[in-house]
Amino acid sequence: DQVLHIVPETFQQVQHLQHLCSTLLLDLWKPLLPEDIWAGEDLHIRVPAPLVEEVKDSLDQHMISYKVLIPDVEELVDQSMPRERSRHRRVPEGYVYTQYHPMEEIYQWMTQIQKSNSELVTQHYLGKTIENRTMYYLQISQPSDKTKKIIWMDCGIHAREWISPAFCQWFVKEILQNYKSDPKISRFLQNLDLYVLPVLNIDGYIYSWEKDRLWRKNRSPHKNGTCYGTDLNRNFNSSWGSIGVSYNCSSEIFCGSGPESEPETRAVAQFIARKKSDILCYLTIHSYGQYILTPYGSTTKPPSNSEELMHVAEKAAAALMGKYGTSYEVGPTSLILYSNSGSSRDWAHMIGIPFSYTFELRDKGTHGFVLPPDQIQPTCEETM
Amino acid sequence: DIDDVGHKYHLELVLEDVLDKDSTVNCTAEVLYHLGNKNIAPDVQFTIEGELKNTDEADNMFYNRIKSLEKELVAENIPDSHGNVSPEMEPIHLLAWVASGYVIWQNSTENTKFQLAQIKHVKQVKRSDEYLEFDYMILLHEMVSQEIIPWQMTVLWHPQHGVQVTQDSRQPKHASE
Repeated sequence: DQVLHIVPETFQQVQHLQHLCSTLLLDLWKPLLPEDIWAGEDLHIRVPAPLVEEVKDSLDQHMISYKVLIPDVEELVDQSMPRERSRHRRVPEGYVYTQYHPMEEIYQWMTQIQKSNSELVTQHYLGKTIENRTMYYLQISQPSDKTKKIIWMDCGIHAREWISPAFCQWFVKEILQNYKSDPKISRFLQNLDLYVLPVLNIDGYIYSWEKDRLWRKNRSPHKNGTCYGTDLNRNFNSSWGSIGVSYNCSSEIFCGSGPESEPETRAVAQFIARKKSDILCYLTIHSYGQYILTPYGSTTKPPSNSEELMHVAEKAAAALMGKYGTSYEVGPTSLILYSNSGSSRDWAHMIGIPFSYTFELRDKGTHGFVLPPDQIQPTCEETM
Repeated sequence: DIDDVGHKYHLELVLEDVLDKDSTVNCTAEVLYHLGNKNIAPDVQFTIEGELKNTDEADNMFYNRIKSLEKELVAENIPDSHGNVSPEMEPIHLLAWVASGYVIWQNSTENTKFQLAQIKHVKQVKRSDEYLEFDYMILLHEMVSQEIIPWQMTVLWHPQHGVQVTQDSRQPKHASE
């Protein structure tokens, strides 16, 4: 389809154009109605592809000059919107990791990933969200007779942090594409199992796609449905409700009606608590700010293994910087960011998981939550 | 700590040109947060060591482009949900950024950290003089409370006279919908 720009010069030309528009049922972009076409005024018409030749011939015959304003309408539409689902999307080989995906596509992606990598990947049920959607995690595990320690990573606890689920998907892809060829990854998998939850706050994520891009919390109703959402990262049972929270539903940091009041929180907490003796490391991915945060947010008292925690985090930050020069600040939340209670990272450490970190990915506020897709790749590569 | 006055911070920073990452300039600043009264903006004194890039050409191009528009400019959601800003809207975006800096300064305390999250809506206002005027509805993100705060601001700009925020007001939470 093309959009043509015409400035009719005479009344005769106007008449011909009006005739053309009504007989061929052309799509008038400006003006909206044929009767508003005037000599000397701009005319923009969208001509469906099969009629382009015919329309141009007719204009030439009547000595009406025109310019092609938009040579390919579909291309322009595609560029400005996420691409529509096509059969390719479900296949990981065709899956575009450098674009943000809606939840439905992420569900399809998980199914496909397991199908195409069944020797390594299994999809597991974790629980249900408040709006009754199913939460799944992926287990990446190399078959072996020894029991392996677990690294858990969850993404998307806050709906608007789109780069976070994008990173989880990227991470899985990288591992699966390179575990045979990359000695580091293959050694990794010999000794460790990876559990990845690509989107923790599914209802919130969907809401940020459909209704409010900057939504943060989940979608649990309060006060008779007049107020929605608990901040899932204030809802865990780690000094719950003590500091850095609000008890008011209308706040972005509303901690909920009690610790683990939200089904999403319970789903994660119950699973991790069950497996805790095997979990070596708990990672939770957020944006933005470029931080690697260690426990605690609820107190400035350092955790028992604080030196080791810091050492590992500092090494991670250095490795990250080595890729594109992106600098990450490292330290306890309560010291370098702000105080907060009920965070999943604090909780994981409090129940005995030695290494517990929050990653706040790019950037530092220039784009904030609305990180452009061209930064997905470098962000994920450096974080990897 | 300055007794009965407030807290003063001495800063040494490096300013980086958003449009040209290699272009940097050193800056020293002193920021005084006043005790008690939260309605006074912090005092800021600064010195820039060196010169800022000359932007006359780009400024004039943008100025002339807007001046020659037949209808007043109207736009929304900059950047869009995916983080994209069209090239024509880049200057509008940058202008909002600068203007929001003023609003943020006027409303900052030692316990806030504001960032411009998004331009919800912008409308050009016709003027009979040489200035360009834009009525913005922006969304500010406050890091500590994590709140998204809609804020209206009226911005004047001229290539030689720079940016001015002539009016601004915090909006109730649902104002942007």
